[in-house]
Amino acid sequence: MFCPMKKYTYTEKKDTRSGFGAGLLEAGKKNDQVVALCADLIGSLKMDAFIKEFPERFFQIGIAEANMMGIAAGLTIGGKIPFTGTFANFSTGRVYDQIRQSIAYSDKNVKICASHAGLTLGEDGATHQILEDIGMMKMLPGMVVINPCDYNQTKAATMAIADYHGPVYLRFGRPTVPVFTDPDQKFEIGKAWMVNEGTDISIFATGHMVWKAIEAGELLAEAGINVEIINIHTIKPLDEEAVLKSVAKTGCVVTAEEHNRIGGLGDSIAQLLARNNPVPQEYVAVNDSFGESGTPDQLMKKYGLDTEDIIKAVNRVIKRK
Amino acid sequence: MTPDIEKLTKTASQVRRDIVRMVHACQSGHPGGSLGCADYLVALYFHTLKHNTKFNMDGHGEDLFFLSNGHISPVFYSVLARSGYFEASELATFRKINTRLQGHPTTHENLPGIRIASGSLGQGMSVAIGAAVAKKLNKDSRLVFSLHGDGELQEGQIWEAAMYASHNKVDNLISTIDVNGQQIDGPTDKILSLGNLRTKWEAFGWEVLDMNGNDMADVVRVLDLAISKTCKGKPIMILMQTMMGNGVDFMMHTHKWHGTAPNDEQLATALGQLEETLGDY
Repeated sequence: MFCPMKKYTYTEKKDTRSGFGAGLLEAGKKNDQVVALCADLIGSLKMDAFIKEFPERFFQIGIAEANMMGIAAGLTIGGKIPFTGTFANFSTGRVYDQIRQSIAYSDKNVKICASHAGLTLGEDGATHQILEDIGMMKMLPGMVVINPCDYNQTKAATMAIADYHGPVYLRFGRPTVPVFTDPDQKFEIGKAWMVNEGTDISIFATGHMVWKAIEAGELLAEAGINVEIINIHTIKPLDEEAVLKSVAKTGCVVTAEEHNRIGGLGDSIAQLLARNNPVPQEYVAVNDSFGESGTPDQLMKKYGLDTEDIIKAVNRVIKRK
Repeated sequence: MTPDIEKLTKTASQVRRDIVRMVHACQSGHPGGSLGCADYLVALYFHTLKHNTKFNMDGHGEDLFFLSNGHISPVFYSVLARSGYFEASELATFRKINTRLQGHPTTHENLPGIRIASGSLGQGMSVAIGAAVAKKLNKDSRLVFSLHGDGELQEGQIWEAAMYASHNKVDNLISTIDVNGQQIDGPTDKILSLGNLRTKWEAFGWEVLDMNGNDMADVVRVLDLAISKTCKGKPIMILMQTMMGNGVDFMMHTHKWHGTAPNDEQLATALGQLEETLGDY
């Protein structure tokens, strides 16, 4: 039986970090309280356009991420909406205590914007490829955790978090990936996006893995498997209603994320299902290891984060139903 | 002694009574550094700061104070209460379940007067810089003050902040180090020597002033002097010499009262040395 899959196409590939840069500029135009801070990575974070437009609202901190988090917290006292920019590793692991005490526990309206997340940072290797950041950040009470899937969604998310009051962790990446979402989309924090409705299996994917889930879905459809794909761009707060509704229909789950298997999206879904509707679940995630140097494509393949890994996980979990 | 200094000294005596009573009541907390910084905080809140006790987080048009060494919360809470941010009777709840007066200061319980959580050391100078920069962006000419322990200078983030403030001419910031030479495990000189603090801070590009932090007249004089030095292109650092435990004889000349509460007998001895001037809570 052939099950049609909603068709997604793209005409160009762009990096999600450029979506952040474009969104930051728009947020800055819309609200003059928006300010930006960077720890010596302006080009990597694509902050040039914001700096050119609003030089007096940009703060070059130097290679001092702990100080950057503290200054950002202080800027909120006076009504500013600070966006910090550095790599995901230096945005989280390096400054966890600063975020915990000065931002999260202090209820400060800081937007922690993190590029080069996950394996797809590539050749720089494991020192820079953080795979634990979603876990660390979602454990902080009150922290919103967002991992958008393409350029357009990252831009929309960046603009949306400026309008939201409270600490946010926004995660994006370095490689160019297909641009397939609506350029005029309204980004709703905490509202999952139904990519494709199906009945046999629920795939919950986040970040770069959403496009891979679509590729997998097309191949699975040809094999007669009717896949439901949901983009969980907001890992916290999780759209519990959307997840439970989907699982009630399909009865099995694959989660897909560019993150450690421990502590990421998969665990958030598993915890929700354990409490409400336990069903078979397979993880497509890094198997509790560090990364290494290589091209993004080589790394995604070696660490089990490719389209074929999603297909294998779907076939495994359907047998467990 | 001028009437103003005499009044401030009397207030500090009451604050010291509050500190030892608070710490005794919950049998925990940090009396040593709190007693040492009592004169500074009293002078700051009753003489220096232009502030509004009807608390507003953003503090537009007000001077702001950030306590970075959050463990001396007893003196902070007492001074906030005595200057009118909340009722002094609430000091009795310090460190007890369901209190707004947490062991270390927090914004989480909406206690008026607190703008940032502190306790994990080394973070407050960065926060103060952020608030000072926000004041400049907002064309708000009021000042930002921060207080740090000397042991706290062993945290690297302080020096990141020190570099940033001078490089960026954050000259509406007056930071103070409580130089009492003591930390939990012993004298700072034995644990990890801080070296010549004046030379260090000057090398980092700050205007450095000295203060006898347990002489109310000198505290007031140096705070006034510090204000006259603001808005001249440099952040201001006050090296404040204090005696940990100041005001209670058996708590001085030792690090042992950094984080230890007095028993009933010790409390009675301490209170015998501290005049009740504003009425105990």
